[in-house]
Amino acid sequence: MAVTDAPRIVTARLDHADSHTLERYLATGGYDGLRKALTMTPAAVAAEVDTASLLGRGGAGFPAGRKWSMLKKDPVTYLVVNGDESEPATFKDHLLIERDPHQILEGMIISAYALQVTQAFIYIRGEFALGLERMEEALNDAYRHGAVGEDIFGSGFSLDIVVHPGAGAYICGEETALLESLEGKRGFPRIKPPFFPAVIGLYGQPTVVNNVETMANIPWIVTNGGAAFAALGKGRSTGTRLFALAGHVRNPGPYEVEMVKTTFRDLIYAPSLGGGVREDRELKAFVPGGVSAPWFGPKQLDLPLGQDEVGAAGSMLGSGSVVVMDDTTCAVRASWRITKFFFRESCGQCTPCREGSGWLERIMYRIEHGGGREQDLDLLMDVCDNISPGVIWPPQQTTICVLGPSIPPSIAAAISMFRDEFLVHIKDGGCPFD
Amino acid sequence: MSHFNTTNATRARQLIALYPEPRSALLPLCHLAQEQDGWLRPEAMAEIADLVGVTAAEVRGTATFYDMLHTEPIGRYLVSVCTNIACILDGATELLSHAEERLGVRVGATTADGLFTLEESECLADCDHPPCVQVNHRFVRTTTAERFDELIDELQAGDRAEEIPPHGTLVRIRRNGGLRVEPQRIERERARAAGPAGERAG
Repeated sequence: MAVTDAPRIVTARLDHADSHTLERYLATGGYDGLRKALTMTPAAVAAEVDTASLLGRGGAGFPAGRKWSMLKKDPVTYLVVNGDESEPATFKDHLLIERDPHQILEGMIISAYALQVTQAFIYIRGEFALGLERMEEALNDAYRHGAVGEDIFGSGFSLDIVVHPGAGAYICGEETALLESLEGKRGFPRIKPPFFPAVIGLYGQPTVVNNVETMANIPWIVTNGGAAFAALGKGRSTGTRLFALAGHVRNPGPYEVEMVKTTFRDLIYAPSLGGGVREDRELKAFVPGGVSAPWFGPKQLDLPLGQDEVGAAGSMLGSGSVVVMDDTTCAVRASWRITKFFFRESCGQCTPCREGSGWLERIMYRIEHGGGREQDLDLLMDVCDNISPGVIWPPQQTTICVLGPSIPPSIAAAISMFRDEFLVHIKDGGCPFD
Repeated sequence: MSHFNTTNATRARQLIALYPEPRSALLPLCHLAQEQDGWLRPEAMAEIADLVGVTAAEVRGTATFYDMLHTEPIGRYLVSVCTNIACILDGATELLSHAEERLGVRVGATTADGLFTLEESECLADCDHPPCVQVNHRFVRTTTAERFDELIDELQAGDRAEEIPPHGTLVRIRRNGGLRVEPQRIERERARAAGPAGERAG
């Protein structure tokens, strides 16, 4: 089983218990990337990130360099970092925020310099009380160290950063909802077009929104060069990526592995990683990239962890969360719980999502709890079709944001992979796993 | 008369000064109000509205969108048990039932002594320690019924007060870098703005 010896880029410091402190950060090369960047032109820094071909680590996987190049020229622009990690079973940003906040800050400062932005925000999920404290403390220390604030390291470049706490809403991880929330409003996503943040973002000004893990990669890229990053991985999926492995594995946890050269099988079964399915049970299915992604089964285990490779197989790496389900798992219950999540978190702006999620949840609930009807599977797919026409991959959209089309995939996958299981629930009037 | 106490009123002005537009401080100010009062009182919402220049209804309308902002009193300790996908695969349903039994309340309710409010939460992003439990949004990594009972005992005895502050206190670290505008200056400017028009030019 091949687990490559690629360097750990974003988790290098985490073996130290005090990885969150400025002292440890400076002792392990911290802020060297920033010092180097400040000797380069902003365009040269941006060029390194472009060369690295760093794909955004939030979920959509859009190349960070390209995102930066799309920022509309304007006297006032903003950088906003998305640390609202709420996609179920995703816990990589949580780790990075709590355990290495300076690395994120350094990435932000370098990015702000490259973009020539003088005001940046980091929006951190409200439920991360410790993470918020760690980030606020790191920011205080960074100001004291001269790494942020006026005239950073004597370069003449100035930047202010604000740590902004969320208040509990999954939808605020969607970039335009996040901007609304940062403006002090309900987290209602904005419609694109015209509200592409790079053109009309925070306070109507052009804004770059990047994920926490994306930022965490920037110091290494500047220090070691974009080419060194691009040499890792393969094709469009370069570098390493931090995967959050959860569910029925022996060693659930966050694992940073080289992209494409590592497979789902490596991640789940390698002794140094997941260590296999608990109690040596059979793998039934797994969620490959957050609960918005269609599930995979044992046949897809040898797929490489690459964005295009997983995309071509009909799902996505998404938020980097992999959830393993063994043969004791009820597929109906698992997909019902995911549907219930979307029902709770739909912001309510668009009818297909607001109403559809509730209908789906109630139908799923009654199947799981013994009230299923023969026509329910067709009904489920019909409602799914109204939210995301055709229920195809990549999904079509009838709503302002992608929360709507994120609802059908787990239901559609569960029905297509385990149709008999649904039928048994309906025929027997209850859950065979109870 | 300010609903915020003196310290928090100063802090409120510092928070507003961090943002290009005052309304951006709305969520941080709601957290501040919860830190002071344990929940979001109508008086606090009215004051936040004045501070950021919107109506009290807009503050309430915004606050009620967010799960962490409580417009009704809740317990000193908010116990959140996640039942989302990674946790439900590993005993979350059973742990939540146990929590209801141990605390003697259903999900959403507060114990008679006002100490605990129990909630069923969505994914809390600590999925390698399922089922995930938070108290006042601090991860306690209490994954079994026995450990849950110990946790409740410790909280009742006040043994974890230092680690877990009362509900509402989210961030105990105060920003001290990059506060470009001194609070005294804001006070002076506000006093001037409230005075006769002629003085404002100075």
